[in-house]
Amino acid sequence: MKDIPFTIASFENFLKEKKLMASKCNRCNALWLPPRPICIECNSDELEWVELNGKGKLVAFTVIGVGPIPMIEAGYDRDNPYCAGIVEVEEGPRISAQIMGVDVAHPENIKIGTNLTADFVERGSWHFVEELAKERKTYLAFRV
Amino acid sequence: MVQRKRRLGRGVAMVGAGMSPFGIRPDVTNRELFAEAFLDMGNSVDRGFDPKEIESLYVGNCGAEMWESQSVMGALCADAVGLTPCPARKIEDACASSSVAVRDGIMGIASGMYDIVLVGGTEKMSILPTNWTTMALACGSDTTYESSAGFTFPGLYASMATAHMQKYGTTHDDLLRVAIKNHSNGVLNPKAHFPKTIKDVMNMRIAQAEKKGKPIPGWADEMEFLHDPRYNPVIAWPNTLFDCCPITDGAACILLVAEEIAKNFTDNPLYIIGSGQASGHNLHDRDTLTSVPAAKIAAQQAYEMAGISPWDIKIAEVHDCFTIAEVMAIADLGFFKEGKEAATAAGEGKTARDGVKPINVSGGLKCKGHPVGATGAAQIVEIFQQMRGEAGPRQITNMDINLTLTHNIGAHGTTAVVQIYERR
Ligand SMILES: [Zn+2]
Repeated sequence: MKDIPFTIASFENFLKEKKLMASKCNRCNALWLPPRPICIECNSDELEWVELNGKGKLVAFTVIGVGPIPMIEAGYDRDNPYCAGIVEVEEGPRISAQIMGVDVAHPENIKIGTNLTADFVERGSWHFVEELAKERKTYLAFRV
Repeated sequence: MVQRKRRLGRGVAMVGAGMSPFGIRPDVTNRELFAEAFLDMGNSVDRGFDPKEIESLYVGNCGAEMWESQSVMGALCADAVGLTPCPARKIEDACASSSVAVRDGIMGIASGMYDIVLVGGTEKMSILPTNWTTMALACGSDTTYESSAGFTFPGLYASMATAHMQKYGTTHDDLLRVAIKNHSNGVLNPKAHFPKTIKDVMNMRIAQAEKKGKPIPGWADEMEFLHDPRYNPVIAWPNTLFDCCPITDGAACILLVAEEIAKNFTDNPLYIIGSGQASGHNLHDRDTLTSVPAAKIAAQQAYEMAGISPWDIKIAEVHDCFTIAEVMAIADLGFFKEGKEAATAAGEGKTARDGVKPINVSGGLKCKGHPVGATGAAQIVEIFQQMRGEAGPRQITNMDINLTLTHNIGAHGTTAVVQIYERR
């Protein structure tokens, strides 16, 4: 794993293998999710990949009926909204993700602090150019 | 980050400010909107000016590449208003584009490089269908890690709202009262996108139902109207339609000059005495979800440069792209305590026209409209008119408006600009 660069592409390749990976600073031990190639705590570039246990809790959320095009194409609309949220993983950092398995019909019942587990969903890419938007990718999600 | 106390190398004055009417403007493009703002600005310069004397142009524009398939907005606007060959550039920082343009213009003068510059911004947004505009705006957040998770702009601010509700017990009604207040202000603004109170909108819906022979909705007041999902649908829970600013076309600009020549243009110049700007992380990487850290830093820089405190500010135009944004802004600026005090300020009338700290007397982004690249400059147009007693029916008359502030956020807080203005 030493030779795998700390890039977005590497992170996305891990997601494809259903692995949630972060970069950890070998100098100051800071943990970065999404992974970074430079530790912005101590400016070191000596990092290593670590796999997270995939557990976390919800710290903020919304339920969206008017989504961007990849979500519309994934079947979401006003009648079938989805939840997007910020999740604090057990190891510390926070990340944005789609939240599955919550009561999107009654957002007032969705509770901040809910325990979640990492999940991996496939959908079209986020891009203005149609040809590039067609590319299927695995995205991070969390599930109740 | 080491914060050094900064001051301008020399004084910078505003001698003219103008804007196009805001709204859906199907027959004009960005450069034509900018030309409208330029003509309006020209009319505000008491002794007039020669456009050939303008030495540099700074144009804020967020996304003409996406909305109009057009880049190089600086040079196009220079050409449209007769400034060619003066140097011109487009500045992009999402919804803060034109505040950053103003700040860059300030630095152009403060450095001694120029004596007279034109700063402003323009945005033509209504041209794309809503789903594509949602995409274009979402480009202002992190495409890889935020938009791809499904976040839209209303969704990111909605997440801050749910965090605020969880932490402080803020209610959605607290937020809706910000919208009611800003519409009450904007009804007095002939250039606003929706110059109507929410009660006006409610009565229009009742009249439409009557006309169509449909059952007449029996709302007791505007709050009941806002609770009706048929008329105020959820966009990104808890943000409803009336929590969100509209999609608007418009432009605004300001003529900045060196302090020592300001009186050549007018007897009533206004002085920019504080300017702060900061950047911020993605929302998930911030230490707080109930405040915008970049705005706090920008405000601190501006107050320090101006040598004043939040209490000295008489009125402010703040970034209310969503109702929760105004609640966070008035706390980040130090006007009210973060939490319940800021959340209930609108409901308690503290930020109303006759309140202790009138906020967004123009109608704000919510009612005036939010042509993203023009918003920061348009906030200053309101401040310019209010400080010079030229705001017509909107004029605040129960106080001496000698110190004011603008607060403009880029995206969901990845850029913040705060500036302070003085009338001497
Ligand atoms: Zn480190």
